[in-house]
Amino acid sequence: MKIVNVRRISQVFFFALFLWFCIVATVGERFWQIRNWPVNWFLQLDPLVAFGTILSTQTLYWPLLWALVTIALTIVLGRIFCGWVCPFGAIHQFIGYLGSRKKKVVEKIRLNKYRKAQSIKYLVLVFLLAMAAFPSWASTLATGLLDPIPLVTRSFTLVLLPILDSGAHLTSVANRYYEFSWLIFAVFATAVLLNLVIPRFYCRFICPLGAFLGIISRFSIWRIGKTKSECISCKMCEKACEGGCEPGGNIKIAVCLLCLNCREDCRHDLIAYQAQPSLAGETQADISRRGFVLSLASGVLAVPAVRLSGKVTSNWHSQVIRPPGALAEPEFLKRCLKCGQCMRICPTNVIQPGGIEGGLENLWTPVLNNRIGSSGCQLNCVACGQICPTAAIRPITLDEKTGQGDFAGQGPIKLGTAFVDQGRCLPWSMDKPCIVCQENCPVSPKAIYTEDVFSTVRNGIIAVKKVKDKTIEVDGGIEAGKLGTGDYFVLFEDGNRSKIVSNTDSFIEISESKQDVKKIEIQVRLQRPVVDIEKCIGCGICEHECPVSGKRAIRVSAEGETRSNDRRLLLR
Amino acid sequence: MTEPNQLNPARRQLLIRGAKAAASIAAAAGIASWLSDREGPGRGQKTEDRGQLPDFSAPRKDGQVLSIVAGQDRVKTVAKAIELLGGIERFIKPGDIVILKPNVGFASPPLLGATTHPDLIATVAKLCYQAKAKKVIVIDNPINDPASCFAISGIGKAATAAGAQVVMPKDNQFNPVTLKDGSLIKDWPVFYEPLAGATKLIGIAPVKIHHRSAASMTMKNWYGLLGGRRNIFHQDINGIITELAIMVKPTFVILDGTTSMMTNGPTGGSVSDLKKTNTMIAGTDMVAADSFGCSLLDLKLADLPYLSLAEKAGAGTVDYESLKPVRAEVA
Repeated sequence: MKIVNVRRISQVFFFALFLWFCIVATVGERFWQIRNWPVNWFLQLDPLVAFGTILSTQTLYWPLLWALVTIALTIVLGRIFCGWVCPFGAIHQFIGYLGSRKKKVVEKIRLNKYRKAQSIKYLVLVFLLAMAAFPSWASTLATGLLDPIPLVTRSFTLVLLPILDSGAHLTSVANRYYEFSWLIFAVFATAVLLNLVIPRFYCRFICPLGAFLGIISRFSIWRIGKTKSECISCKMCEKACEGGCEPGGNIKIAVCLLCLNCREDCRHDLIAYQAQPSLAGETQADISRRGFVLSLASGVLAVPAVRLSGKVTSNWHSQVIRPPGALAEPEFLKRCLKCGQCMRICPTNVIQPGGIEGGLENLWTPVLNNRIGSSGCQLNCVACGQICPTAAIRPITLDEKTGQGDFAGQGPIKLGTAFVDQGRCLPWSMDKPCIVCQENCPVSPKAIYTEDVFSTVRNGIIAVKKVKDKTIEVDGGIEAGKLGTGDYFVLFEDGNRSKIVSNTDSFIEISESKQDVKKIEIQVRLQRPVVDIEKCIGCGICEHECPVSGKRAIRVSAEGETRSNDRRLLLR
Repeated sequence: MTEPNQLNPARRQLLIRGAKAAASIAAAAGIASWLSDREGPGRGQKTEDRGQLPDFSAPRKDGQVLSIVAGQDRVKTVAKAIELLGGIERFIKPGDIVILKPNVGFASPPLLGATTHPDLIATVAKLCYQAKAKKVIVIDNPINDPASCFAISGIGKAATAAGAQVVMPKDNQFNPVTLKDGSLIKDWPVFYEPLAGATKLIGIAPVKIHHRSAASMTMKNWYGLLGGRRNIFHQDINGIITELAIMVKPTFVILDGTTSMMTNGPTGGSVSDLKKTNTMIAGTDMVAADSFGCSLLDLKLADLPYLSLAEKAGAGTVDYESLKPVRAEVA
């Protein structure tokens, strides 16, 4: 079999595997659901994830040791990850192929020539790594914004999958919503469409992972090269060159993606994958010193500049509610890849890709929106922390989440605190019984209790015409049937109350007989919800269930979250 | 045997590349395993004991625990009050580094009595230097903007004129402190750094009505050593004042009742909020000083639960008369 066909099979295989992992990142016990599928495998293979978190945390979370495989392969073989494994690369290659299929050979050669601008990706890499490393007390892991593996992961799981599965619902019970995913889609679509301008545009000019692998491929044992220095310069070898590395001349080793098309296309068999340098010469990564210094300096300044907003410190946004087990914000931002795995796995869909209201660094990080999804953050679920590839959300146990067993002394993990908006709450301001929030509070004892009051209804003070046994006759004007719901009472002048059993326009039947009544008050019994902040864990189930469906009458905000000491609400 | 220089160039190249590749893979693997973290990050925010504040207290002398001086002129009354305790030399030794902790809480002029009067700072600083203190430092972590507070209260200027140094709170001067057996001050940032380098501490507070704690005097004045979002402690104001009185062990305290803020405290804002009460108190027992201060505000001891709580915790004596306070009057 031709080697390029082996490569194509490899690309299709890894792309299919990637798709499979996207699909099976679904909570459940069927074979096509999460079980033990290694759904983070591509993220773990990604050395930029490993290296970025090493720079930001000075540690390597051990599942990321997989990156060593990619690094070793690259050192021995070159950028085989880009040309043979990367699912995003496979998409680019396929779209680029479609885009230039009908083009003339001369045009193809022109499109695939080496361009100076291909070294921009090194500047992107240096910029992002500088942000991850400096300053060490306030750095941020921004590599995930452009790192192809997190990028393609969130594009598939937060955009394409929810759209494609909106009919069949194989990967979720109901439609999935992701609040800020239009921008994820825009970035993905732009990257893909740019292949129509220049094939593998993203890989050649932007990809920071490609830049990283390009740099470490300088030691590779086997490389593409020419076996003779002279040839007729037909340039057929550049016709389908994926990397734009000019294999016919002085080959740019760092941008060669090992597509091996040149070897296939050379009609004189002058190109080989060999352990000797190309006889036409080879060049390593083209990073200018000035460019390096400039992007390093901008990367070092970028995070402090963004943090001038105060969004990580005193000006933090109360709606940035992180999933259970999330680290305190500065440590969280050092680890979060924005890969979207927590949002994908979350069975209730409450975890959302954040926007920039919580600061630029909040973009696509996991934020809870209790209005979206099936049910706030479920009490007995820790899926997000179990899937998080970098432990930005720690893999907590149920015991730790609920503060039981070994964690009884520390209490439960709180995501925030629910606040009743009394002006919008039905029993607080509208004289309507409700307390759906109290009913659904999953904490035991409940974090929502009620203050019970009798409130006189509008126009509820009524003169009595006649009383006979359990029937009170008034002048009329009462809405028939309204008061017999069990929530309404008659208050007598002597201070006693009697439950209303039924009513017509001018007769009210009560539960016990009464005499000598001149005036009554119609009252409704209300249970007004009150939050016990010592018990509330901020799960947001109350907010999700609140019948005031637009702006909820009980809402969670992040005050009181256990992950940060300075957002405490309680003394002890 | 083939000599190395007779290796064919291709083999030679392969060996060189192989060696480089092996070395870089080994380096990457070495770094990775060195940094490898099996546990993952912890829950964090563990409460731990990170050092207590130094004990600045002076040895107790019966009959010289509390002095109460009547008079209108702060400069004279404070000097007299200290003299009655045994003189400044009882407290300040040559070479001492002395911290003065006035109440600089608000950006409010001296006339309005919301802050410690600058004359007191000047006088006490001079007395310390007379006793050959090496350095006098004035600190507070005010509620309003620190620079404005020190400027408008006149305390900054008075301190500098007397040769004292003003240290305004910076983030890196706060250290988390956990009070042993405390339930509120746990891993809480305290304006620690200036205190850690000092040998003596004098608290100087005005007498003010305070809606949450009934009165703000020498004990409540230590609130100004707390950092962070300390306002959550208002949920248990008596508890926090008690813990502050346990945590902070001053050399002595001065309570300035020359005027007392009777209404609209603790900010005041009008001279009509003040009453001339013409009394200066000094003492090594701040519970006693504040207990006496209640009388200036026409409050009962029971109105200030923190007094008895602090007494129970061993921070001082509510029944100040039992300490036989020394009294005097200065014209």
